[in-house]
Amino acid sequence: MADRIEIGFKEGIRDALGDKIKRRIIEHLQIAVDRVRTIDVHTVDGDLIPGELEKAAAGPLSDPIIQEYAINRGLAQGFEWMIEVGFRPGVTDNVGKTAKEAISLLLGISSDQLRGVYTSRQYMIDGPISRHDAENIASNLLANELIERYEIVDGKSWDHQKGMAPHVPRVFGGDRLSVEEIDLDVSDGTLLKISNERVLALNLVEMKTLRDYLGDDAVLQGRREVGLGKKMTDAELECLAQTWSEHCKHKIFNARIVYEDEHGAFEKIDSLFDTYIKGSTKKIRERLGKDDWCISVFIDNAGIIRFNDECNLVFKVETHNSPSALDPYGGALTGIVGVNRDPFGTGKGAKLIFNTDVFCFAPPNYDKPLPKRILHPRRIYEGVREGVEHGGNKSGIPTVNGSIVFDERYLGKPLVYCGTAGIMPAVLQGQPSHTKEIQPGDMIVMAGGRIGKDGIHGATFSSEELHEGSPVTAVQIGDPITQKKMTDFLLIARDRGLYRAITDNGAGGLSSSVGETARLCGGCEMDLKKAPLKYPGLNPWEILISESQERMTLAVAPEHVQAFLDLARKMDVEATALGTYTDSGKFHVRYGEETVAYLDMDFLHDGVPQMQLRAKWLPPRHAEPDFTEPADMGKSLRGMLSRFNICSKEAVVRQYDHEVQGGSVIKPLVGACNDGPGDAAVIRPVLSSYEGVVVAHGICPRYGDIDAYHMAACAIDEAVRNAIAVGGTLERLAGLDNFCWCDPVQSEKTPDGEYKLSQLVRANRALYDYTTAYGVPCISGKDSMKNDYQIGDTKISIPPTLLFSTIGKMEDVRKAVTMDAKQADHLVYVLGVTYPELGGSEWYAMHGFVGNQVPKVHAERAKALYDALSRAIQAGLVASCHDCSDGGLGVALAETAFAGGLGLFIDFALVPSEGIDRNDTLLFSESQSRFVVTISPEAKDPFEDMMKGVVIGCVGVVLSEGVLKIDGFRGNRIIEEDIHLLKAIWQKPLNF
Amino acid sequence: MPKIVKSIVITGNGTNCEMEMAHACRLAGSDEVDIVHISMLLYGEKSLDDYHFLNLPGGFLDGDDLGSAKAGANRILHAGIEGRDEKLYDQFVRFIAQGKLILGVCNGFQLLVKLGMLPGFDGDYRKQTVTLTFNDSGRFEDRWVYLHVNWQSPCIFTRGIGDLYLPVRHGEGKFIAQDEDVLERLHDNGHVAVQYSHHHYADIAVDYPANPNGSIHGIAGICNSTGRIFGLMPHPEAYLHYTNHPRWTREKLPEEGMGLNIFKNAINFLRGASL
Repeated sequence: MADRIEIGFKEGIRDALGDKIKRRIIEHLQIAVDRVRTIDVHTVDGDLIPGELEKAAAGPLSDPIIQEYAINRGLAQGFEWMIEVGFRPGVTDNVGKTAKEAISLLLGISSDQLRGVYTSRQYMIDGPISRHDAENIASNLLANELIERYEIVDGKSWDHQKGMAPHVPRVFGGDRLSVEEIDLDVSDGTLLKISNERVLALNLVEMKTLRDYLGDDAVLQGRREVGLGKKMTDAELECLAQTWSEHCKHKIFNARIVYEDEHGAFEKIDSLFDTYIKGSTKKIRERLGKDDWCISVFIDNAGIIRFNDECNLVFKVETHNSPSALDPYGGALTGIVGVNRDPFGTGKGAKLIFNTDVFCFAPPNYDKPLPKRILHPRRIYEGVREGVEHGGNKSGIPTVNGSIVFDERYLGKPLVYCGTAGIMPAVLQGQPSHTKEIQPGDMIVMAGGRIGKDGIHGATFSSEELHEGSPVTAVQIGDPITQKKMTDFLLIARDRGLYRAITDNGAGGLSSSVGETARLCGGCEMDLKKAPLKYPGLNPWEILISESQERMTLAVAPEHVQAFLDLARKMDVEATALGTYTDSGKFHVRYGEETVAYLDMDFLHDGVPQMQLRAKWLPPRHAEPDFTEPADMGKSLRGMLSRFNICSKEAVVRQYDHEVQGGSVIKPLVGACNDGPGDAAVIRPVLSSYEGVVVAHGICPRYGDIDAYHMAACAIDEAVRNAIAVGGTLERLAGLDNFCWCDPVQSEKTPDGEYKLSQLVRANRALYDYTTAYGVPCISGKDSMKNDYQIGDTKISIPPTLLFSTIGKMEDVRKAVTMDAKQADHLVYVLGVTYPELGGSEWYAMHGFVGNQVPKVHAERAKALYDALSRAIQAGLVASCHDCSDGGLGVALAETAFAGGLGLFIDFALVPSEGIDRNDTLLFSESQSRFVVTISPEAKDPFEDMMKGVVIGCVGVVLSEGVLKIDGFRGNRIIEEDIHLLKAIWQKPLNF
Repeated sequence: MPKIVKSIVITGNGTNCEMEMAHACRLAGSDEVDIVHISMLLYGEKSLDDYHFLNLPGGFLDGDDLGSAKAGANRILHAGIEGRDEKLYDQFVRFIAQGKLILGVCNGFQLLVKLGMLPGFDGDYRKQTVTLTFNDSGRFEDRWVYLHVNWQSPCIFTRGIGDLYLPVRHGEGKFIAQDEDVLERLHDNGHVAVQYSHHHYADIAVDYPANPNGSIHGIAGICNSTGRIFGLMPHPEAYLHYTNHPRWTREKLPEEGMGLNIFKNAINFLRGASL
């Protein structure tokens, strides 16, 4: 039977969550309500006697100082409407899990007596609202009906003595487990139908390859020996679909592409990934020769570079876009805890030292009708923010760097980039830590969470557009504490040498983690019946491909299995041996005695046929703006500072713990009032050393509307110059590329696929050109190629977006520099040349134009500038340094001033520029590779000496009076603005 | 000969500041510092009896799922030590009775409060009289705060410290006392060791953001009547070196961070104490 324990605040105690919900109802939904109160409900599914329920309620479940409780009656009284929101069956309920553990420990009872605890929350709303309003609040704010159910109670009909009946969202699985066999010896049309109906996301060529595989006599012979026939099992088909998915195999990046340029010239590219990304890194490493500091690139879950003689750094950035569109909170939370497992599962495992996050959303004030199945951008913003907050903060990993980009085209799919870095000893038990090795006979052990239906089809789902039938099971909610317990355990197991190899369970679940690691020895045999499940009723294929979170797969030598499992048990982590790694050449999966999958390893991993694609580049022409130079430039600057892409992101940054682990050196918020926008983060991962890690990124999707080549070049330049701005150097800087594209494969659905693919080709070329020019090798990356939304006639495609992240080594963090002006009378310099490059700029966007003059990066000149600036910073000559990006010089100067709490006087006649004849162009041009730097007057000569050979201009001086004064070309004052006012304007838009 | 001071930093189940807490103990001069997973205590492989200075670091015990540190407190109260007829709580009680030092930061402070160990009126270390709950803002925040140190307090950890500037990083730091009597007693007997203040460290901060969570009377940390158990929401272990300070690139600061003194006081006291 089930009982309800309700917990609420005592009268007079502030209900902060209720207050927050009230604000959101008023601000987001424009519904006037007077008061919102909340009650937490625990539905206890078990055989507890009243005294035990009382003990649980008064003990771990409530706080005697501020809370009261009610058992099997309603705690709420005197409200107009009540909305109770609870999870649907099978959705991860972290609080319920903790409550169950706490009650079991308190009462000393087992799972037989206490089967589960399920949580829900009541919102009591006072105010003159209708049932319709209550429905609106429930479905558009409080509950996400994909994963939650809600119930609305009218206060007039409420009987608090009776309360609400317990509702137990248990999963009732059928006990008839089945293995279906699918006949692939069918027509092409039927093959495609099978692919579509089963969300396999395989094309006809790939389906035919499967058909042919089953036509091979040698294959059939082997299958017969294990009891399989000419048909493919559902487990095999699903496993192949996961392994061959765009998400896992990067088929577009590995395709053979015929590229046609604007002049009709053709070029053949055999794999963008090999040619440009790996190609660039290879060239840079060759150039470095024996000084090469790349340790492991592109072969593991994350890239590894040298930090010092004792330690290596590991870094990976992932995206979790599709799930975040459906459930922003769960999707983003899973995104961050998911990417945590990448560096954690690299080599022999790394300790995690920081997170990064970059989001792309539609503007939060979007006010047009929403297409079907799309959540309002503000809701996505809040949900994603909170998901990353819980994922990062609860894992004890500082979130040190990030940004938010706004563009209406992210309405269909938001982009949620999450990065995580780790540090690992270079050597463990006398062996290098960055390699993986598995010997036949090693046990396959899964550790961490249990398997449910959550996340089934995640890999294939993200390999297609968001559509009407996008599966609900693809959504999952991470559990950072289960993961933290697992990582605590595995780091100890690692240091004791208890396992030989580790990898994470992400996309594709066991099929992918075991399938991939089995390549290291040449085969595997495992029994899915041994896998611990969240609830009964999962079919073998579901167990095999489920993407349930918080799981690592390990190869454990037989002699260490007992010690490994013992340690896991003590540390309260579930670990289960599922089978053995072999050298049979087969991916062999059983459920008990019955074989459910038997595939050749070669076919599984190398059987996917290479795609053949065409790309055709035709440069777009946009209208050139026709507005005149504004008379009031101060107003223009204020307008720019309040744009979503430029304004302060402090409210989000503060909600992320950016200092845990104690090594924070340059924080995301800097300056006189701790509220200026830091260019990049610096941390000390080893507290006993001054050696540091620099982290930065660049992203500028708007330039892609003109030419994705320059979009990519600018993203790389931005990521590099941000790192340089705080004290990083090009000598030890690595990059990570994350391409998020809209579908670039020409089809009926995508008639402009050839153009989109040409954008991808061009972005990759830029990546090659600029990473080699700067000597910044890519060490890892990821692509997400189907960021489209299509329901009915509505199609929304994201703008092609490259996030370029950089990670670097800093020899001495005490040399680091921040962006805020430090002292009156310091000299202000602009480094680098300003060109009339407003194409794709914020200034044009503010006027509704794209234009054509996209910023271009002059790599050789930029490199000389970066090297010189790095030397000046190392020499301690630079007081502040701020990069110029969105909003150009105008925004960079304003930020330098107000972050420092000081004014600036700037003479535009002294700013190095070429071809500029308007003040607004000089103010807002987004030319790359530029900085605003301040230095003390005594540093003038040595600084200018050091900067010889690169273009700089001493353009003004720091003022004690808090005013930003700019004289235009013609000598007249074009801006005179109070910095406190500018800051207030800059801080306001996203301060919610 | 100075006696050997041994510090233990407990971790596990969501604790996450153990590394910098241990680093602080080492910098402060503790002769031995062990980061110990709570499972090692529960399996009897380690015991609190072997240490002098107990550190309960920040983090999210069990995700703070039932309210901050609630499930964590439940574990300490009710989990038995494998193979022995005692609870982990019994080791805590013994530790306190021996006059040893306990420092709880953030989640560790929440834990001490919810166990009833702070303020621990009349030597009753199991009765909860105060709490730490959701910030008035309804959100987690990472923000540096100024702290006024109460010189009248018997708190060992804050002895001789004039000012403190430290980060808070929590969503549940609002200090509430059970009633006016409790609050009065906290003040009268010097339990209130640190309070949120304005930037000159003198005036107690009532309003956000100087008082980051809405704590009554700006209470940021309290001790027991002997001053040997101390808990606070701000993180002293997050400011051990000047490069931790958010404005170190614009202010002249001493090499050592302000947070280190808390740990030095503890170690120095223990070195002189006869335990």
